[in-house]
Amino acid sequence: MSSKVIHAFYNDDDVLMHAVKKVKAAKFHIEEVYCPFPVHGLDKAMGLAPTRLAIMSFMYGCVGLSVAITMMNYMMIQDWPQDIGGKPSFSYLENMPAFVPIMFELTVFFAAHLMVITFYMRSKLWPFKEAENPDVRTTDDHFLMEIEIHDNEAELKELLLSTGAVEINITEK
Amino acid sequence: MASHYEAPIRKPLVIGDKGYHDVTVDIAAPVEGKANKQWWIVFSISLLAFLWGIGCIIYTISTGIGTWGLNKTVGWAWDITNFVWWVGIGHAGTLISAVLLLFRQKWRMAINRSAEAMTIFSVIQAGLFPIIHMGRPWLAYWVLPIPNQFGSLWVNFNSPLLWDVFAISTYLSVSLVFWWTGLLPDFAMIRDRAVKPFQKKIYSLLSFGWTGRAKDWQRFEEVSLVLAGLATPLVLSVHTIVSFDFATSVIPGWHTTIFPPYFVAGAVFSGFAMVNTLLIIMRKVSNLEAYITIQHIELMNIVIMITGSIVGCAYITELFMAWYSGVEYEQYAFLNRATGPYAWAYWAMMTCNVFSPQFMWSKKLRTSIMFSFFISIVVNIGMWFERFVIIVTSLHRDYLPSSWTMFSPTFVDIGIFIGTIGFFFVLFLLYSRTFPVIAQAEVKSILKSSGEKYKTLREAGKPMYEINRVADIKEKIVEEKSLPEADSKEQVSALLTSIGVFDSAVDTPDDLKQIKGIGPQMEITLNQIGVYTFAQVSRMTQKEYDLLDSITGSFPGRAQRDDWAGQAKILNNKK
Repeated sequence: MSSKVIHAFYNDDDVLMHAVKKVKAAKFHIEEVYCPFPVHGLDKAMGLAPTRLAIMSFMYGCVGLSVAITMMNYMMIQDWPQDIGGKPSFSYLENMPAFVPIMFELTVFFAAHLMVITFYMRSKLWPFKEAENPDVRTTDDHFLMEIEIHDNEAELKELLLSTGAVEINITEK
Repeated sequence: MASHYEAPIRKPLVIGDKGYHDVTVDIAAPVEGKANKQWWIVFSISLLAFLWGIGCIIYTISTGIGTWGLNKTVGWAWDITNFVWWVGIGHAGTLISAVLLLFRQKWRMAINRSAEAMTIFSVIQAGLFPIIHMGRPWLAYWVLPIPNQFGSLWVNFNSPLLWDVFAISTYLSVSLVFWWTGLLPDFAMIRDRAVKPFQKKIYSLLSFGWTGRAKDWQRFEEVSLVLAGLATPLVLSVHTIVSFDFATSVIPGWHTTIFPPYFVAGAVFSGFAMVNTLLIIMRKVSNLEAYITIQHIELMNIVIMITGSIVGCAYITELFMAWYSGVEYEQYAFLNRATGPYAWAYWAMMTCNVFSPQFMWSKKLRTSIMFSFFISIVVNIGMWFERFVIIVTSLHRDYLPSSWTMFSPTFVDIGIFIGTIGFFFVLFLLYSRTFPVIAQAEVKSILKSSGEKYKTLREAGKPMYEINRVADIKEKIVEEKSLPEADSKEQVSALLTSIGVFDSAVDTPDDLKQIKGIGPQMEITLNQIGVYTFAQVSRMTQKEYDLLDSITGSFPGRAQRDDWAGQAKILNNKK
């Protein structure tokens, strides 16, 4: 499906924020905004849902903790209980203090790595992935707002011009 | 916008009249430019040291640990000293990026990238020592809890040495992903500026196709925050666990409960010293003085001073506890440290670690670059001696006076240590030429609150931005104004005299379109004026750009923006 989109360039994050608010207020749907650096409050202004990565990270951490407990219970208590330094391995609970460092490390390991992998998957980031920013200036100093055109080109142009865009391109997508 | 407000009393973190594009240009410059002679000299020396280290490692592994100076009394010496020293240095990176992120310290943004790189490179050095000391490093996988040929014999999870394996590998891998995730937008910036296809390919590979959508940034910020939250206890745990290697033993001088906090403070102390050592050189070599300012160095010096004082407190507490415990062996261990045959090492440690950072109370000294560099080296030496004192002086007076001895390193001990320093600098020097050494995306996000340009604007009561109708609307492609105006003859000749005339008999024209910012139309215009080669373009300065703008009348300021001269110079060299 080929559709016409309008690309409005801004060279200032504050101007961009005002523009996003204005475009939203005029009830246009903002397809995407490409930024060279994080602009605080942009996600809220655009109406993006909050990310659930932190919750995922917590759950991954719980997985890591369970893995650590299961692993050490099996290896040290069940499978081959040893008497090390006069401290026999009869029960997990009594031997647990010595396992705390590894329980902690594995919790962090799982929480951090699985969260980052989830982030890479969700944002489609991996080696050999082609970048999709429509203009190379969006990683330098320009912000790009992309809006689809549905027979309202003139109206959109006028609105975007008044928001202080420094360049407006109309392209096929 | 209110969120950009910062109290005027705070000093600017980015000095000079820098806008977003200037940040890009400044940070991409070391990557896009060529290495100078000093770089090659330092790199060659480091490489030689590294090769010597590899030779010594091969000798150790093929002959055995007997090539080291260890004896039956001092069974642990330089290997573990170097291990702890490198792990300690590896603490500042994550501390700066994680702890300072949680505390919202903006000054971390100029130094976190390099500090994290330092962390990763030094943890790699640290990891080498236990593996070499295994004697048979090809069996290093035995430290992993995997099913094995000895029946159900598992690794011993009660052992702090095994905790170390988990702590250090978690630390290394988490630091690595933290670092790399932060690098993605900056690699993308270099990718999008790359002129030549090979560079473009490499940096698009490294940037994982970073696009910078609003949703990506939202996730990026969340991931950074959560990783910082995870890395903060992690960084504290790593050196705590390293200290357990000693603290859980029964050797007098080792089994003290103060070790964990004392080691962590010492690690931060030595890590910041190493960051100072590296960045004081790098800001000069890579022309980053506007980003890594005296203010940054001063703040790091304050951290060094505070952690140095904490370490000093710990030393005194150790002495007090030895006396107060009433245990003769413990008392002797400390008496021997301060007055025995290794007293020189003890007092070297005391001087370097406790005494020298106290100079930083003086504002004049802590804002002096030379002095900061000097102290950072002193602290690095002192922290190496701290580990040497703890390890060797505690061991060399055994329970039986008949086995009392001294330790002297062999050339292999020294060679491996020098080799890791060489390896570290090889990695760091390569990094400084190929990676964006400052987190430019983050610096841009604080530019309005902490940049000098915007601070001056705010103080003058001027607006930080204006919303004007300035846009030019383009449908797909722009028609460029091509022909130079008739009355610009004089300007053309002025331009050509300063950049050189093209002589078709001697020179061959270049494909000027290779310069970013010059399209087919602009190339025709330039050719009409008489500009055909990269050499001509590379001689352009501000004056010539202005002349060119007035001749062509199209895209004023475009040439400065894309730095045509700089690009042409590179292209001309590569021709």
